[in-house]
Amino acid sequence: MTLVKDKRNLILTGVAIGIISVALVLLGNPGNMGFCIACFLRDIAGAVKLQTAGVVQYVRPEIIGLILGSFIISLLKGEFKPRGGSAPITRFFIAFMVMIGALVFLGCPFRMVLRLAAGDLNALVALAGFASGIAIGCYFLSKGFSLGRARTQTKSEGVVLPASTILLFVLFIAVPSIFAFSTSGPGSMHAPIIASLAAGLIVGIMAQRTRMCMVGGIRDVILVKDWTLLGGFIAIFASALVMNIATGKFNLGFAGQPVAHSQHVWNFLGMLVVGLGSALLGGCPLRQLVLAGEGNTDSAVAVLGLIAGAAFAHNFSLASSAYSATSVGGPSIYGKVAVIGSIAILLAIASINTFIKKREA
Amino acid sequence: MKKIDCRGLSCPEPVIMTKRALKEDSEVAVTVDSRVPMENISRFARALGIEPVIVESDGEWTLTLKK
Repeated sequence: MTLVKDKRNLILTGVAIGIISVALVLLGNPGNMGFCIACFLRDIAGAVKLQTAGVVQYVRPEIIGLILGSFIISLLKGEFKPRGGSAPITRFFIAFMVMIGALVFLGCPFRMVLRLAAGDLNALVALAGFASGIAIGCYFLSKGFSLGRARTQTKSEGVVLPASTILLFVLFIAVPSIFAFSTSGPGSMHAPIIASLAAGLIVGIMAQRTRMCMVGGIRDVILVKDWTLLGGFIAIFASALVMNIATGKFNLGFAGQPVAHSQHVWNFLGMLVVGLGSALLGGCPLRQLVLAGEGNTDSAVAVLGLIAGAAFAHNFSLASSAYSATSVGGPSIYGKVAVIGSIAILLAIASINTFIKKREA
Repeated sequence: MKKIDCRGLSCPEPVIMTKRALKEDSEVAVTVDSRVPMENISRFARALGIEPVIVESDGEWTLTLKK
């Protein structure tokens, strides 16, 4: 593929994703939450009662669609190649911390872009933190950071996660009574199931084809001055911005934004954890879902780490509360400690896999 | 010619290793076993004005970059 074609495809994909994202909000998803990989995995963790925060429990068909869209298109294109074994446990815990950081900010990188496109300036503070985290990650990558080589795995190993999402969806449709569903709060707000699933499938297919990645975009600019992936990021922002203005959903400012808070330090540091952790994982939470659909078992482990992180974040009050009429919102003292601790642990993991490994080699 | 083995490595490592190798040698052969690093290294090379010579065999790609 040529440079120009790559860029054009990414921009067209980004425009489509921006439109679909705002459409999901118009169809019932929470504000500025057409897609949020962190929030949706957290809601799924709630639906299966890994966490019991009553306002964030729902089986989000978008997540199921994203994994299956990538799974189906990679099978059709001959790109379904199960591989794994590159430090799976390390990846699990990095993803765990990425989720804590995301839930302190209240969004993954994808939702950060959607929040920005709706005028939520808290997301701008978060973007600065996110880019800083990626820059730190790039420092270690350029010094030789590696989680080691992945090896080819059996087809059946690669199918496990996509198959389990199909099982989850079948149970969700056939016996919804076994799950917990929010009756109020963000978990109770959702687009019709078929719309959510279709949106997930379409975006999953497009993200697999274009290798779209929120972390990769900024990382490639820093490391190799390549703007291709960032083009997709900017296109999502631009098309969601136009959609939000057209539908009256654009509201510029810090205060009163949906499912958000204005604790600037913690928005910055929460997304710094996400940027650094995702740079070490080699991709943002969206990219991990897509890679898991392609049979990458390391990414499948990362997805499980994200879900576990979400469960812990709510069970131990690490996740931030949103701004409301009665509260300014933001992280608890536990959330703050968890973010600082995560930064320290991620720096330790990065250092060990950069400098000490080199001496062993 | 410098040869580097990037099989099993995920992005951005293959691109960084290629970049480093190109600083040490004017001709580099990189072996990868996945389409994404193959595309990324090609894109990186073209951005530098180098047209990579790509040979595929058995699910692996060898890209030869000559400055």
